[in-house]
Amino acid sequence: MIGGRGILISSASTIIFFAVIALAVALAPGSSLVAERFFDPYHLNRSLFGTVTTPSVVGAFVLNIKMFLIAEVFILILALVVAIVRGIPGPVFFPFRAVAVGYTDLFRGVPLILVLYIIGFGLPGLGLKFFSSQSEVTYGVVALVLVYSAYVAEVYRAGIDSVHESQTAAARSLGLSRWQAMRFVVLPQAVRRVIPPLLNDFIGLQKDTALISVLGPIEAARAANIYAAEQFNYGSFVIAAFLFIIVTIPLARFTDRLIERDQRRRRAGAAL
Amino acid sequence: MRKLLVLTASLVLLAGCAEEPSNQPSSSGGGGDKDPCAAKSLSTVAKGTLTVGTDRPAFEPWFKGSPKAYSGYEGEVATEVAKRLKLPIKWVVEPFNKAYAPGPKDWDFDINQITITEERERAVDFSDGYFENNQGVLVLEGTPVAEAKSISDLEDYQFGAQVGTTSLAFINSTIQPTAEAKVFDTTNDAVSALKNSQIDALVTDVVTTVYLRDFVVKKSLVLGQYPKTEQFGMVFEEDNPLVECVNGALQKMKSDGTLEKLEQKFLQQYLEVPTLE
Repeated sequence: MIGGRGILISSASTIIFFAVIALAVALAPGSSLVAERFFDPYHLNRSLFGTVTTPSVVGAFVLNIKMFLIAEVFILILALVVAIVRGIPGPVFFPFRAVAVGYTDLFRGVPLILVLYIIGFGLPGLGLKFFSSQSEVTYGVVALVLVYSAYVAEVYRAGIDSVHESQTAAARSLGLSRWQAMRFVVLPQAVRRVIPPLLNDFIGLQKDTALISVLGPIEAARAANIYAAEQFNYGSFVIAAFLFIIVTIPLARFTDRLIERDQRRRRAGAAL
Repeated sequence: MRKLLVLTASLVLLAGCAEEPSNQPSSSGGGGDKDPCAAKSLSTVAKGTLTVGTDRPAFEPWFKGSPKAYSGYEGEVATEVAKRLKLPIKWVVEPFNKAYAPGPKDWDFDINQITITEERERAVDFSDGYFENNQGVLVLEGTPVAEAKSISDLEDYQFGAQVGTTSLAFINSTIQPTAEAKVFDTTNDAVSALKNSQIDALVTDVVTTVYLRDFVVKKSLVLGQYPKTEQFGMVFEEDNPLVECVNGALQKMKSDGTLEKLEQKFLQQYLEVPTLE
């Protein structure tokens, strides 16, 4: 598709494109100040490993990863339950459907930070035995699960709806129960189709673990904030951003590969 | 009033910026053209006005009343500085985390209980100190930590502080607790955590701890204050020449007792706290 000429043009335009941006940044009147305030190697290095009075950003980042991995598992389960409940037909199940709809509406509409406050400072305030004595990280993960499950439930639902009704009809005519048709025919197809958007949501989730810091735990963004406030230098935030990127980029490339594989498979299917 | 003015005039040589007495608020004739701190020759962000930044919400007793004309200790210190520079004062909102961002500012200085430290001085300019700050420890009555008598009794408890404060550095370097301190966006969040017993003790400047004890957190007590000889200063953009003039005004406020009077008026009741060894 792209010949020798094409490659030449594309490399030239790429070089010029980035050169113009780099030049604009480098020639900006405050560029040396910004470089010192954000990219000073001394501060980048010190914030990465921490000092006597400031926590290490990379050490704090471990907490982000832990929260992300734990929340992810619960989200996948809770969201699937909500999506399935929302699709159960029949008048008897109306209250269940109503709860599922209400849940998604509520938690997709309320900003995560407010949910964090309500759960993180509200539940402990109630003075209950079990629910009020959990760690802040637990409350934070619960808030993440509640909010993200609402989004992910909608992703699942889109996947379920995208499987043609004739599939269910065919499964039922083979003698499968409604649940069996869902479990063995619809869901496998639905889930495969929604894996790319699911991973997209998880990249968002990964970054939103930083919000848990409002409850007190020191994760990467908070550790960066502590360093910045003590040293009046934002280099620590650059380090935190870099750590988040290291984790999300492989996830993004993995998503791309899955999409490609899915497209290849479908094209192959169409050729049959 | 007249006595005060005579006194300030006689102390003018102490002022870093003023070379002639014409800068005094009382002296007739107004600022001379040579005086770099005369209202006319000051280059402020908004011409003819002293624009001062602070965070919102602003806390008592540092700030009181409406954001259009703050009272309270810091509110009146800044207002008095403006008066001595013969400029009207205008308040703007400046979040703490933004005070040290590179780039032009929309204020002449920021006053927000910011402690002067060597590290911070590499990024901004500070005025001379206008208040000597000690750290205070707030706990709930009847909890085990309330029995602590000295700093060394404190290491086994869960501490909390607001992010960006020197209180956090104090916890980590002086108390050195076994459990990592929890860090909150605002003092209010730290207070919620204390009320919920998510933390055992809250550390912030001693004035704020006493204010919280008296007006915000029921059945709480201030364990004590720990002298750390740190000073609050106003933050200026690096190399802003205005800092000399503000220091001049502050110097005069110190020598004529204005600063002490303001401290007595707004802060005295908050400073009577035993010292922690």
